Amino acid sequence: MTTNLTHASYAKNPSVLRVGLLRGGIEIKQFLRQRESVVFTLLFPVMLLFIFGSVFKDTIAPGVTFSRYFVAGMIASGLVNTGFQQLAITIPMERDFGTLKRLRGIPMSPVSYFIGKVILVTTSMLVQVAMLMAFGTAFFGLKLPTTADLWLRFTWLVIVGSICSTILGIAFSSIPKSGRGASAVVSPIVIVLQFFSGVFFVFSSLPKWMQDFAAIFPLKWLTQGMRSVFLPDSFSIREVARSWELGKTFLVLVIWIIVGTLWALRSFKWSDK
Amino acid sequence: MRAFGGSGSSEVAIEIIGLTKTYKDKKNGDKVAVAGIDLTVYRNEIFAILGPNGAGKTTTVEILEGYRDRDSGQVSVLGVDPSQLSAQDRSWRNRIGIVLQSTEDAADLTVAETVNHFSHYYSNPKNPGEVIDEVGLTEKANSRIRTLSGGQRRRLDVALGIIGGPEILFLDEPTTGFDPEARRSFWELIRKLQSEGTTIVLTTHYLDEAEALADRVAVINEGKIVEISTPENLGGRNEAKARVTFLRNGLREEILTDNPTKTISELSVDFNGDIPELIVSRPTLEDIYLSMIKSQENK
Repeated sequence: MTTNLTHASYAKNPSVLRVGLLRGGIEIKQFLRQRESVVFTLLFPVMLLFIFGSVFKDTIAPGVTFSRYFVAGMIASGLVNTGFQQLAITIPMERDFGTLKRLRGIPMSPVSYFIGKVILVTTSMLVQVAMLMAFGTAFFGLKLPTTADLWLRFTWLVIVGSICSTILGIAFSSIPKSGRGASAVVSPIVIVLQFFSGVFFVFSSLPKWMQDFAAIFPLKWLTQGMRSVFLPDSFSIREVARSWELGKTFLVLVIWIIVGTLWALRSFKWSDK
Repeated sequence: MRAFGGSGSSEVAIEIIGLTKTYKDKKNGDKVAVAGIDLTVYRNEIFAILGPNGAGKTTTVEILEGYRDRDSGQVSVLGVDPSQLSAQDRSWRNRIGIVLQSTEDAADLTVAETVNHFSHYYSNPKNPGEVIDEVGLTEKANSRIRTLSGGQRRRLDVALGIIGGPEILFLDEPTTGFDPEARRSFWELIRKLQSEGTTIVLTTHYLDEAEALADRVAVINEGKIVEISTPENLGGRNEAKARVTFLRNGLREEILTDNPTKTISELSVDFNGDIPELIVSRPTLEDIYLSMIKSQENK
């Protein structure tokens, strides 16, 4: 006797977008319940802001204190922390814990998983940037943009910067060998880039080799872009290129988005075997 | 996607023909994990796969689950070749449930939140509250997952495996780390799922588990099937001689016999009544299994 096994007719699975939104909700819920993630991702940058901002109050240009320069850099760093750093650390942990393997075994599109991650990154990024802007304005002389043009520039920097940061975080998640070791691999990279990219020091005062090295990576361009939003326009002549280089910034970020996408598609692993 | 022929009146759930899989390893040499396996699992049966570590059990099951590609052979699971699925093809995954070996994810969510969340992935899920009840976690429904014991954690894994109402449930060493009572109630759960029409494929290290649950057992060693049979008949166990032992003059004697009743009644006459410290035993599934694995190694 020949059996005839064909697809049973099923009502459709919930849509990819709907499942993605549900994943976003559950990601945020888990994020808020983990003390480490709340402290490191959200509070740590604010603590750094208070420490550096309180110690270095020198004036680096007429009307511009270092703390104001520093806040602009920290806002750019916020995009890297919540996207690249967060994903490059948590995805290897999810791989180690079997979360990813379980998700591959259920009727979920991988797209829904990434929608969930984008929702998590966007939410934590908006909270962090808003906190840095609020504390920076209240305590460290940060001046919020006053023109629509500057707000528009700020918006595209945040959007393109966080897309770049998110995609590179997903791509880099294949590098750490284990979930426990991920933080030890990822955090030093972010900290070194912060030192080299004009967050903790004035970029134009760094050695040329350091500047050249930093110019390969997105963070240098993001900090410079944020300075163009939060510092007086006249400060641009103090930049290395004597200009804000916004066109070049956009180009570098887009190149990294393309590189990161190709890299992520090739390397993303759902299990460690 | 073609369907294979069935056997008798039973419908085929899984069919494997000539399956092979070798892991490429340039440093240590390639490792053959599956060296030509044929097997058929029928609808609504509990099918156990036994074998030592590294025998190819998990590789075989992961190919069936669509986690791994194979090198050659034909595979059909519910009429679908798992290797032909795209990542977007969710209708087949809707019909299977997978309970993986060990997971530690979602530690900060509660049991109820997690089961409820997973129900949203399926087109026709079971009621989350009923599933939590079915696996015996009702009292823990509002506890964070990190507070669960190992056995409770495993029950949650099963809850997530069955929330979609699967036609086939894969269980990979489901009761490792359970205390005896937890294992018994877990077996009850698996039997209940079978009575509701679910086909169950489980790998296990525990021979008593296979004996208690399985309709049929496949013993795999070194990537090959040693035998497929019912637990009662495996390795000629049903035809094996019974062992009758007793004390005579303070020494233990042993008789191997095809007819223990006759032997005992003869002994009873010899002893004129009670036979001292009489024991009648048949080889356990474990004895049979170990001798099968051993005779393979000696080849």
